[in-house]
Amino acid sequence: MPKSRWLTVGKELPANRRLLLAVLSFLIPVAIWGAVSYVPFLWHPQVRIEDPGDVLYFDAGDRVELALFREENQRMLDAGMSPAQGVRANPVFLPAPHEVAVAFYTAFKTPPRRTGDAWLHESLWHSITIIFWGFTLSTLIGVPLGVMCGAFSLFSRLIEPFVEFFRYLPAPAFGALAVAILGINDAPKIAIIFIGTFFQQVLIVANTTRRVEPALLEAAQTLGASRAQLFTRVVVPAAITDIYNDLRILLGWAWTYLIVAELIGRSSGITFFISQQARYRNFDNVFAAIIMIGIIGLGTDMVLSWMGKRLFPWKTGKGGRLAGFLGRLFGPREQTVFTR
Amino acid sequence: MTDDTFALLPDYRKQSPEVAARFQKIKEREVILRIENLTREFSTEQGTVTALRDIDFQAHRREFVCVIGPSGCGKSTFIRLLAGLDYPTAGRVLLDGIEVDGPGPDRGMVFQGYTLFPWLTVKRNVMFGLRMQGMGATQAEREALQWVELIGLDKYAESYPAQLSGGMKQRVAIARALAANPRILLMDEPFGALDAQTRGQMQSHLLQIWKHVDVTILFITHDLDEAIYLADRILVLKANPGEVNEIIEVPVPRPRSPEQFVSPEFLATRRRLEELIHPTAGRREERLPIFKLTQAGDEVE
Ligand SMILES: Nc1ncnc2c1ncn2[C@@H]1O[C@H](COP(=O)(O)OP(=O)(O)OP(=O)(O)O)[C@@H](O)[C@H]1O
Ligand SMILES: [Mg+2]
Repeated sequence: MPKSRWLTVGKELPANRRLLLAVLSFLIPVAIWGAVSYVPFLWHPQVRIEDPGDVLYFDAGDRVELALFREENQRMLDAGMSPAQGVRANPVFLPAPHEVAVAFYTAFKTPPRRTGDAWLHESLWHSITIIFWGFTLSTLIGVPLGVMCGAFSLFSRLIEPFVEFFRYLPAPAFGALAVAILGINDAPKIAIIFIGTFFQQVLIVANTTRRVEPALLEAAQTLGASRAQLFTRVVVPAAITDIYNDLRILLGWAWTYLIVAELIGRSSGITFFISQQARYRNFDNVFAAIIMIGIIGLGTDMVLSWMGKRLFPWKTGKGGRLAGFLGRLFGPREQTVFTR
Repeated sequence: MTDDTFALLPDYRKQSPEVAARFQKIKEREVILRIENLTREFSTEQGTVTALRDIDFQAHRREFVCVIGPSGCGKSTFIRLLAGLDYPTAGRVLLDGIEVDGPGPDRGMVFQGYTLFPWLTVKRNVMFGLRMQGMGATQAEREALQWVELIGLDKYAESYPAQLSGGMKQRVAIARALAANPRILLMDEPFGALDAQTRGQMQSHLLQIWKHVDVTILFITHDLDEAIYLADRILVLKANPGEVNEIIEVPVPRPRSPEQFVSPEFLATRRRLEELIHPTAGRREERLPIFKLTQAGDEVE
């Protein structure tokens, strides 16, 4: 066994190092965040007032700029009055890690300020259903259409030019239209997710399908496969694993459209929660909610990756070309550059 | 091998009575494959490339034919035309008197690359052709398992192709093609990617299978020994354009065995093939225009 190096072109690292690096890739940003939050001289451009002293317009709990704080205190000292007391602090929009960690729990326990507004878990669930329906509807139509385009030039030439054009139209631009047609509830939000996903999906799936090894099609033909059999027994199974991985990537994009979709009509879901909390200046809750989206996304992808290995046993752990984030993070790295 | 030993070799056209009788028997069998004036031109940006020109050939039932020729002489083009995966510019191919039009299960094919279906187990790969032709699952499975046993991979029946070695994959590919019950088996350098030892095993294997199955084989190779070892007749092509150079009746008696590689008939045939494929023997001495890049006193020869 040759000594393994940390840097070798085109070589995968052993599993224990992969895990270590994956853990580090989360620890490093958190450590930077922690340093900025807890080490005063790194940033802390403000002072949180603990005792306003004789400064009239300071109140306990206020955050004031450091320069102003010093200036006022100098004035107080010059005038022989008692200066304000305070500690260096970061702006309110950058809560410390422990505050966000606490918010992770308390955010679920805090009732909404206005009765009738959604609790956090309700907001999250609402967002998930919007994504689910938008993505599922898009997939139900987009994948079959994409596969048809990839397999048959007729469909490709008929459908793809328009889809290619349409995908440049930003999905949010259809917001007003969607509300006018579909009302202010969930339907227009689902429609935005659909528009954002569908057109990319058709093109990506079509391209993946086109990459099916032509030799497999020829082999099947010499074994007597008819055109219909060629499609159902060769094209579809040959492309399905890569399509599955494409869908994992596309699902990530759908979350991006969610934020826009939820602002349309009656604002709802996690976006509504985040904007409400920002308005109340509960930035710990804002951060907690944003991180929760990340966790849900990453978690979904892990589950899908795990399912993929069970659905497609012949792939023995190797992802397709567009393998998801996690596949690249924890799984053996695909060496696209070096094998193709 | 010195030129003296070559000088003592018999004429490659001389056949022992047994071999001659065997060829007589083959020729009495019906013609299964008839190739008439087969021509294939490709139009490219640089102009028209004639890959094949006016090929005429006939193969009899249960004959083993090898096709050999320099690289780029159109061997793959030739076999693809026979398989119906490509269409000729002129001429035609008849199988059992019926003109070939598109691929079909009567012409099985084994490709140089590995073309097993990665999502199917070995057994299901072999079942594929039978299922495509409408055979029920149970019967297809039974037949497939017989084939898997015949190629000695019963232990791997439920494995996926990714778990097999190159030689095993090609054995499955042969079984898959033969299970579909073709009239003729077309093989395009099927063992080209295998190491010498595996290749030798595969050759003996193929001969055994051929003995037990009613099938005609057309086998492309660029390996002279392989061609002589396997073939009844060798169709030698020449390049630019691909035309028939000579059709050689291999005088080496059957059953074949690796010891025959040094028999006089074998060597005579081999020398003839070498003459045909590398016509200018003197070219070996041709000097390449390479500067000396090593230091004096560091010579390797
Ligand atoms: N699709 C194509 N378009 C243009 N030219 C082609 C095409 N296919 C083959 N040719 C040309 O036809 C000639 C024969 O090619 P072919 O692949 O049949 O050779 P080959 O004998 O199989 O070679 P090799 O021994 O290297 O496999 C070559 O000159 C090649 O450039
Ligand atoms: Mg070739």
